[in-house]
Amino acid sequence: MKNAVGRDIPESLLTNGREVYQGKNYMDGKYMQKAAPKTRRYEKPQESKIVDSIVDALKAVGARSGMTFSFHHHLRNGDFVVNMVMQAAIEELGLDEITIAATSLGEAHDPVAQYIEDGKVVAIQTSGIRGKIGEVVSAGKLKTPAIIRSHGGRPRAIEAGEVHIDIAVVAAPTSDCVGNCRGIGGKSNCGSLGYAMTDAKYADHVIVVTDCLVDFPNMPASVEAIDVDAVVVVDSIGNPKKIASAAARISQNPRDLMMAENVAKVIASTPYFKDGFSFQTGVGGPSLAANLFLEQEMNKRGIKMGWAIGGICGPMVEMLKKGLVGKVIDVQDFDLDAVNSINQTPGHYEMSASQYANPANKGAFVNKLDFVVLAALEIDTGFNVNVLTGSDGVLRGAPGGHPDTAAGSKCCIIVTPLVRGRMATVCKNVVTVTTPGDCVDVLVTDYGIAVNPLRPDLIQCLDEAGIPHVTIESLQEKAYSLVGTPDDLEWEDKVVAVLEARDGTILDVVRKIKPVKL
Amino acid sequence: MKIENNAVAGTLESSDLQVAIEPIENGIELDITSSVMNQYGRQIKATVLETLERLEVTNAKVTIVDKGALDCTIKARVECAVFRSCGKSDKNLPWGGALK
Repeated sequence: MKNAVGRDIPESLLTNGREVYQGKNYMDGKYMQKAAPKTRRYEKPQESKIVDSIVDALKAVGARSGMTFSFHHHLRNGDFVVNMVMQAAIEELGLDEITIAATSLGEAHDPVAQYIEDGKVVAIQTSGIRGKIGEVVSAGKLKTPAIIRSHGGRPRAIEAGEVHIDIAVVAAPTSDCVGNCRGIGGKSNCGSLGYAMTDAKYADHVIVVTDCLVDFPNMPASVEAIDVDAVVVVDSIGNPKKIASAAARISQNPRDLMMAENVAKVIASTPYFKDGFSFQTGVGGPSLAANLFLEQEMNKRGIKMGWAIGGICGPMVEMLKKGLVGKVIDVQDFDLDAVNSINQTPGHYEMSASQYANPANKGAFVNKLDFVVLAALEIDTGFNVNVLTGSDGVLRGAPGGHPDTAAGSKCCIIVTPLVRGRMATVCKNVVTVTTPGDCVDVLVTDYGIAVNPLRPDLIQCLDEAGIPHVTIESLQEKAYSLVGTPDDLEWEDKVVAVLEARDGTILDVVRKIKPVKL
Repeated sequence: MKIENNAVAGTLESSDLQVAIEPIENGIELDITSSVMNQYGRQIKATVLETLERLEVTNAKVTIVDKGALDCTIKARVECAVFRSCGKSDKNLPWGGALK
């Protein structure tokens, strides 16, 4: 069945009331029954929940074959915890039929690809899917299609009981002996633990893995002892160099800077650019550089930013310290400046993924956003964005908060170069729709700006400010004239991944790619 | 043109390609690997064959490792490899003739 973004969704996926994507805000006003975990009572006072090893922790919570294990990705590419837990479960305890429900998976988790090939891990639910896991899933080796969700779609699915977590594993930079966890104060600090919060509340069992045990009580706790069954102390939960980079530096690339300057001009031309406005930006070259030019526009106008959200890095913390932004609310930290600031700098707070972006709760932060500046792997002439699959059809990205912030914000700006190498970023049809075109408002490229025709009000703003803009079709034609018209990808029937819209409907599917042989 | 010696042109940098050419006796033998094979493989093959035809190369083993180069780059690297293989790449190149 064709959905609202023109994607053909196989009928076989439309079971148990599952629907195809119908357009934004389709679920507004509907009721949902929240699921509740089945948890063990610890009435008799415990001195400590520390056990000797991950295997002992898994045994203590009754780990069995067929269970769903959840993980969060604050340790990013430095994470050791997913691999340690999977090794203990599969190689030491001999479990199989395992589902991994992670907030994101990347190159750090390449060893999991072997467990997929061996048939031990049979299902994956995640936002990011990269590295070897992306390759083996794309090659059709996972027993069931991977389910890809946004950062807001995941807590929605957990709360609705569509994902039932048997065992949540929290990778904690610090914990006390009963499982109060924080993202700071240890040797592998990551700052916010926002993605782990919903998991810990809705899982039947919670295991904390830490490499820095601190005195009770570890306060203020991001994940609280009231939800934790067992604590394991290991030598190292991750490689600090890959968890948080040194300060994210603003690009010096003149092309990035030109695009960033245009982003700031577009923002300044809209009526939402007034004292107290709200903002989120990505950490890619031109997105991050937009901070710099936005600051200049704010100074020119004599206004300040009310608040910023997101994955946070140094330049935003800098603006907070300068008093240019009132509050920063943070679900994940990308560099040491942000890690060392959260819950320390006045006005820098932590939030859960649900509070950040869940479309089914009663007031996520994304719904109050004025502006979001985002990147794209591809954007098509219908303003649909792909941030999941490469132009060759292989899974190598993550929706992350992209669809959530695009849908919630008043003005969503995509900033991307027109072509990358021989890849046309602006194309006729994206490989996979991860963010629907009805949520995307403006495209800024190095060859020009295009405004979504669904937003005549913004077109008028740009015209009044004298900012030149063109149709997105003309940008696509320009791109193809530079790199040539790409052949359409060829697919087999087998679906290797289902891309859920943030509201739980099906936005797109990824099929197994048929590689071109000459 | 007759391929006389082994020759190489280009690099393995992003947006470039490396062309290796060797003399053989029985027609064109073409091997292509590309980072953009699924979208541009057929076009790369067509561009290489067209370029060889324009230079009247009828016998050669050509190995292409492409890193997402544009058509103009592909043509230039193939032309360079062919002229190098005949020792004719240093002077009197036929600009405006066989080389467009």
